[in-house]
Amino acid sequence: MTIVVMTASCPECAAAVKLAQDVEKGEIVQCAECGAELEVFETSPVELRLAPEEEEDWGE
Amino acid sequence: MKIGVLCSRIRVEEKLLFEAFEQRRLPFDRIDDREVVFDLQQPSLPYDVVLERCLHHSRALYALKVLNDCGVPTVNRYEVALTCGDKINTSTALAAAGVPSPRTLMAFTPESALRAIETLGYPVVLKPAIGSWGRLLAKISDRDAAEALLEHKETLGSYQHAIFYIQEYVDKPARDIRSFVVGDETIGAIYRESDHWITNTARGGRARNCPVTPEIDQLSRAAARAVGGGVLAIDILEHADGLLVSEVNYTMEFRNSIETTGVDIPGRILDYVVAVGRGAIPAEAVPA
Repeated sequence: MTIVVMTASCPECAAAVKLAQDVEKGEIVQCAECGAELEVFETSPVELRLAPEEEEDWGE
Repeated sequence: MKIGVLCSRIRVEEKLLFEAFEQRRLPFDRIDDREVVFDLQQPSLPYDVVLERCLHHSRALYALKVLNDCGVPTVNRYEVALTCGDKINTSTALAAAGVPSPRTLMAFTPESALRAIETLGYPVVLKPAIGSWGRLLAKISDRDAAEALLEHKETLGSYQHAIFYIQEYVDKPARDIRSFVVGDETIGAIYRESDHWITNTARGGRARNCPVTPEIDQLSRAAARAVGGGVLAIDILEHADGLLVSEVNYTMEFRNSIETTGVDIPGRILDYVVAVGRGAIPAEAVPA
């Protein structure tokens, strides 16, 4: 079970986004308030930015 | 051993791989493809092995090229990414190795592409040569749709979209098979079930365990060998005449396949990475 230990401000709607302790830089989280996809840009302190749009050469 | 993981966005797969590193107490450097700068004349890349997990095919390709050229073994190798990341290269590699795959034609103009489409007969599938997750696939059922789509692709797309990759439509049983090959072993497989003809799990396809039959095993390993070997996910279609390999993925996603198959996929990947780093699997080796 993920333990919520910190929050960061959503850059889209300013809501407090809950984050797990083991959140990684580069991970994508969703704002529960506005639904925006956010990227964890920094972890110490946590900074969220709007996640980039999917690009044409993305994939596996 | 100095291990690097080349990545950018951290998907579920990367988190699972990082956890597997930590469980094994294996230190690793995260190489962020948004921050790294490669010196092409005097590269300084002090790694015994680098695991490539980029989201961007183009970044993966060039980074692997630089790493391999200065002697750093990678999982997977540059040539493997070059072959798997472009469906035209994949098709020719599979054909050269005698691995069965759907009939595929290539053309460079809308006129010749229409001729190719009608040579195969409707319906056909058009795929971008470079692309993933089922993005921009088109099933074309008649000439009207073909003409419209070809015009749109030529007019609206980048130059790469006017390289027409035209494939027979395989009337598969509402599913395809995704197998996972590590080295020369097929470690597991899933069915990807969907009512839609596009079965990618990224597009809503549901994963269910698929027993690795001798036929699936043999075909999967043959496909992996054909593209140069490594850690690969093979997409297989069930055709009335037998199994066909449609694609081979070199930065595979596996989040839906660990519980489904019961296989510790990130653990198996790490074991392979460590073996490559130790030189137990020569960088140039293609499994026999």
